[in-house]
Amino acid sequence: MRRRSRHAALWLTAAFALAGAHAVAQDAKKEIQKYQSMITEGSPVELFELEGEVLWKKKQGPKTASLEQCDLGQGPGVLKGAYAQLPRYFKDADRVMDLETRLLHCMMTLQGRSRDEATKRVFGNEDRLSEMESLSAYIAAQSRGVAMAPGASHDKERGVFELGKRLFFHRAGAWDFSCASCHSEEGKRIRMQDLPILNTPAAARPVVATWPAYRVSNSQFKTMQWRINDCYRQMRMPEPVFGSEASVALNLFLTVTGQGEIYRGPGTKR
Amino acid sequence: MNALRRTTLKAAGAAFLLASGLLHPLRALAATWNKAAFASKTPADALKSIGASSPLESKDILIEAPQIAENGLVVPIEITSNVPNTKSLAVIVEKNPFPLVAQFEFMEGALPFLKINVKMGESSWVRVVAEAGGKHYTAAEEIKVTIGGCGG
Amino acid sequence: MSGPMKIRATAKDGVADIRVLMSHPMETGQRKDADGKVIPPHFIQNVTVKLNGRTVAEGQISQAVSRNPVFSFRAKGGKPGDKVEISWLDTKGETNKAETVIA
Repeated sequence: MRRRSRHAALWLTAAFALAGAHAVAQDAKKEIQKYQSMITEGSPVELFELEGEVLWKKKQGPKTASLEQCDLGQGPGVLKGAYAQLPRYFKDADRVMDLETRLLHCMMTLQGRSRDEATKRVFGNEDRLSEMESLSAYIAAQSRGVAMAPGASHDKERGVFELGKRLFFHRAGAWDFSCASCHSEEGKRIRMQDLPILNTPAAARPVVATWPAYRVSNSQFKTMQWRINDCYRQMRMPEPVFGSEASVALNLFLTVTGQGEIYRGPGTKR
Repeated sequence: MNALRRTTLKAAGAAFLLASGLLHPLRALAATWNKAAFASKTPADALKSIGASSPLESKDILIEAPQIAENGLVVPIEITSNVPNTKSLAVIVEKNPFPLVAQFEFMEGALPFLKINVKMGESSWVRVVAEAGGKHYTAAEEIKVTIGGCGG
Repeated sequence: MSGPMKIRATAKDGVADIRVLMSHPMETGQRKDADGKVIPPHFIQNVTVKLNGRTVAEGQISQAVSRNPVFSFRAKGGKPGDKVEISWLDTKGETNKAETVIA
């Protein structure tokens, strides 16, 4: 074969190989999407919503009161759309709160429970969800179909957003990681898991629309407080205290970045 | 009469005794669950144990499942048998330590249709066996199981 | 000591679509706890589906069905108002059941 046509042949082969590899990668992505939609469709998550409803109405604590008068931002006891509009600023606590910090607030003020008691078991396991997890499932489900609209206009909300943004990019810990190390660049992956770019709306939107979520890999129902806590653990950094300023700030940053997306209800993920 | 129906009929009696408190629950269980079949360690043994040693390949059994499962603990599978008069569907995960995962019988107008979430220990062919008119038919899909990402 | 169980049943063109959610550990007996002790097997073995009091499906399942099982069934002749009842029996002799009316 003459040199020029041999080069052409090589280029063609390489081009086909690349196209083939790309096609294989696209096929894999499609099949994974099919997996994700099938596990969502056949998910037991509604059972956790039912458990949460029972807890919401259960009289507990020294005041023998339920959480039914808890104001999640839309008025006492109003659940429809409440999750989609969190985190937000609450005047009575004078701070920005996410769902779980707000629930803790209601457990303490409405039910008279101590912080220690109410946070004794915030993260559950596969045998039993924590109260926070069940309640999160129930309350989040009441925002199905509602566009995510966290607080973004109050001074404190803006300040907490900025804090969250700084934390997202702040490198620390034994590995000098930040959230951005994994979640801010195109094409990042851990094994077969595509890592979403969480500081851009396009990738953040489907993420915020599907938490809290049932994780099939460990049969546990997990919330955003857990997710942020576990990310810190994976980055080999100290885990944030439940409901801490840092965790709420990151949650607000993520939710604002993903705002506008129609909430799909508690998700089901690997 | 296949093994499942035999044990099921025994079970009806046991279930009655169980419900009326006359029979110890564990003894009733032995009658209602095909222990030998579920203890089969190879796909061939599993097929034999349900009376389906040489099932006929059939394009009329539809298996809807993702080719890649992000986690082997929950693998969603949807099965439809268009083989006329299908009476039962069995699910076998060939590489599982105990391949037989489920067997359902359909009667009184129930369609031979099933959605089920199974555990897969590793990438494997997932085989469905349908029983119709005393014969057995089969189809299979290969499902790859990936190891998760962050382990979180 | 059974967790919640829920059935969602709809009917279209004379076919009932039945989805059941069960909470159950479906413990295989292969896992170990934090102390290294094997967690004994504990799983649903029998599932019975009834439509208007008549059994339409009977299943025998193993520990290889996923934790918190979800099943879907279809039945001809199901129409709104019909009663669906699904029950299970596990290795410990524990049972649970749920019923609903086809929407």
